Amino acid sequence: MRPRRSRGIVAGMQSDNTFGTIGVELRGAAKSYRTAGTVVHAVRGIDVSIARGETVALLGPNGAGKSTTIDMLLGLISPDSGSVSLLGGPPKEAVARGMVGAMLQAGALIRDVKVRELVTMMAALHPDPLEVDEALELAGLADIAGRRTHKLSGGQAQRVRFAIALVPDPAVLILDEPTVGMDVEARRAFWLSVRAFAARGKTIIFATHYLEEADAYADRAVLMSRGRVVADGPTSEIRARVGTRTIRATLAGVDTTELASLSGVTAADRRGEAIVLICSDSDAAIRALLDAHPDARDIEISSAGLEDAFLELTADPGDAPNHAGQQEALV
Amino acid sequence: MTSLAYTRFELVRTFRNVRLLVFSLGFPLILFFIIAGPNRNEHNFNGSGISIPLYYMVGLVAFGAMSGLISSGSRIATERTDGWTRQLRITPLKTTAYFCAKVGTGYAMAGVTMILLYASGLSLGVSLGAGRWLEMTGLIVVACIPFAVLGILLGHLLTADAIGPAVGGLVSLLALVSGTWFPLGSRGFLHDIPQFLPSYWLVRASHVSLGGQAWTAGGWIVIAAWTVVLAILARYAYLRDTARV
Repeated sequence: MRPRRSRGIVAGMQSDNTFGTIGVELRGAAKSYRTAGTVVHAVRGIDVSIARGETVALLGPNGAGKSTTIDMLLGLISPDSGSVSLLGGPPKEAVARGMVGAMLQAGALIRDVKVRELVTMMAALHPDPLEVDEALELAGLADIAGRRTHKLSGGQAQRVRFAIALVPDPAVLILDEPTVGMDVEARRAFWLSVRAFAARGKTIIFATHYLEEADAYADRAVLMSRGRVVADGPTSEIRARVGTRTIRATLAGVDTTELASLSGVTAADRRGEAIVLICSDSDAAIRALLDAHPDARDIEISSAGLEDAFLELTADPGDAPNHAGQQEALV
Repeated sequence: MTSLAYTRFELVRTFRNVRLLVFSLGFPLILFFIIAGPNRNEHNFNGSGISIPLYYMVGLVAFGAMSGLISSGSRIATERTDGWTRQLRITPLKTTAYFCAKVGTGYAMAGVTMILLYASGLSLGVSLGAGRWLEMTGLIVVACIPFAVLGILLGHLLTADAIGPAVGGLVSLLALVSGTWFPLGSRGFLHDIPQFLPSYWLVRASHVSLGGQAWTAGGWIVIAAWTVVLAILARYAYLRDTARV
């Protein structure tokens, strides 16, 4: 067994590298596939730059190009045009130095091994791995370390994949739809572990179509649709781009046309005693509402979910018509 | 270091797969006892002065070793379907280390097959001088190298569904035209063509123990040429095999 480096030194080294250094960079990266005579434009030229230590969600519906982007980041495929760099060099170099850990979408775990054997072997392939026990602990596998990989539930298998991704102690951790197959409890535990790992100064990129996950666990979301980046920023900013907050209140006897004309309100609706105001500026709207109708009560102001932002931003009618012989990416 | 760790991992996996072991180790043994068992006292096969158990023991040693090595391809095809190959590609494991692990595991399987067949032969009264035995075993090990590489190549080219029939058919065909089941004629098409096949030299290696001649220079050249060509193709197949299956 090779000697392990001490945690204290790792923390020091990490913080030197973290500030302002670019961890991941895609410049005009594009990738198409030819399948059955048609060209599938999976990724159509994207620019994304991610600093070291950032946690970024790659968000989008199926076919948005998330997995293809991840394959490019990992050096599994090369872009047709544009460039991809990981930790300042080609992805393959970062991989060869053991700086990258990834949880890929896959059919099954490799068979006929015990969980601990698999994680131990993966550790042995890397120059500076975590202790196997630490990786098993982080992934919540301590109690099933002796089980065979093909006898695990879907959620357990995902945690094994997580342990495999963690055990290299990578500078960059890439997770492709990591919580598929996990129940609510497992999901929460999983994201807690990811957070703990991020706190060590790691760069984390995860693909998901669960909007809550991006919202709750990423510093930033890169929203993809049909092979393009349609929004890139803090999740709160993405929500703001669609710009809606909703005010709900109980207020009898006021006409919806009058409510809709209040400052900052774009639309109003009535449901019995309750009113719903869709706002472009909820701060102005609440002031105007209370000035005009001080008797409004049970007031709630809520953000439109990221779900709404998502639907609005990814439904891009200008992008819809396809050229003859082309087909939208399903990858 | 990493190569050793991965080889050990592969060995553990392979020898733990009971179904795989039963079929790939059991099949040559069953064939041997079916053919040689009833004829154990026939000591003059086709007037050659060779006993039937000896003739089929060495034939099956060659056949069993070859199919044991090619069968690594089926395991690779399954690993690709499971996404394992892609996972491995994002580790620092080097291509050569990967190949060493796969070839080493294949040889371990082939070695067990050979030992079991030798033991079965002994149980039917086969006796063989140590010199002959060593020469035969050494040549078989060398002749198997192209098949070890072929297994890796097929594993990275074919899907898990296709590789079973493909390997089964290929092994049967090669065994047939290379003289595993019956002696080849001394002239003509079926005599000339097989000489360019590694399986011919594999069978000929096994026939050393029947009093056959050792390899000519041609044998070494054929084996080396197939090894080089297949290794280049296998490496290429492995390197481009990064897509989701």
